[in-house]
Amino acid sequence: MPDPVWWVVLAIGAGTFFWRGSFLVFGRGLHMPDLVRRALNYVPPAVFAALVLPGLVQFQAEGGIDAPRLAAGLLAAAVAWRTQGTIATLVAGMVTLWALRALLGG
Amino acid sequence: MTTGRAAFVAGLQAVAPMVAAIVPFGVTAGVAGLDAGLGPWVTMGMSVVIFAGASQLASIQLLDAGAAVPLVIVTALLINLRMVMYSAHLAPHFQQASGPTRSLMAYLLTDQAYALTISRVMDDRPLLAGHCFYLGAALPLWGVWQIATAFGYWAGAAVPAGWELGFFVPLIFLALLVMSIRSLPGLLAAAVAGTIAVAGASLPAGLGLTLGAVAGIATGVVAERWRPHA
Repeated sequence: MPDPVWWVVLAIGAGTFFWRGSFLVFGRGLHMPDLVRRALNYVPPAVFAALVLPGLVQFQAEGGIDAPRLAAGLLAAAVAWRTQGTIATLVAGMVTLWALRALLGG
Repeated sequence: MTTGRAAFVAGLQAVAPMVAAIVPFGVTAGVAGLDAGLGPWVTMGMSVVIFAGASQLASIQLLDAGAAVPLVIVTALLINLRMVMYSAHLAPHFQQASGPTRSLMAYLLTDQAYALTISRVMDDRPLLAGHCFYLGAALPLWGVWQIATAFGYWAGAAVPAGWELGFFVPLIFLALLVMSIRSLPGLLAAAVAGTIAVAGASLPAGLGLTLGAVAGIATGVVAERWRPHA
């Protein structure tokens, strides 16, 4: 008797594969209007900004935002812009967060 | 043959820092499965069958909170809806790849593999054997994701929360974001999408993300019209 949670896992997995394969597998060669083609060029900046910003600007239960998180994120963004390098971005962000937490006492 | 191997190696090199940075994310997924009492098989099954971190974490949280099954499924699929856009953006560049290859590419589609591959394409660097580059980027992410989830389930609880390794997740997307902004309309698209996603962060999971992304894309297209030679 399998755990009923498996049905949830399989349903999400099947649905996600359908999303992933929507154009690569199932809608292959589907004609895309010019407007859609141009719109797709804005998928990376729009989607990644929508994914990342809520993780940097976190409102705390007691009110106000988590300032060290936001500061570390802004500094990492500046480093990413200057260096275009992933490792430098990750190091700058983590080190800044740890340093600010240590300075501000958590 | 040589071209394919070179493209595969280029993919491996491009993805290497991302692979290291997803480890804390995968560990978090494993720890979450343990904490929610899902058991090792379901926790690992999620990483193999779903293979999409944000939706895995959200569905574990909802299951743990006793949410209704349809809500869990719909939320996860809304979070993953962005994959349709990735699939549409990638597809025209891989028309020549075989059916099984494209199915494998779809299964392995992640934010990172998409971002690295499409940024190659948009750089106008010739993407010879592009599917080899893509697989070189995508396969290590898959393997490390499985190992990290397993490590998280069995040993992740020993990692001190004070390290805040979860912060690696927004940092990965930050690097992908900055890499993807190549013009003023792109910057405006990011600003609008991010603002709406923050404002909508308390909406049911996935909705703020989707609304922000759609508004950002529309902004980019409109801004491009106003400055056609930008």
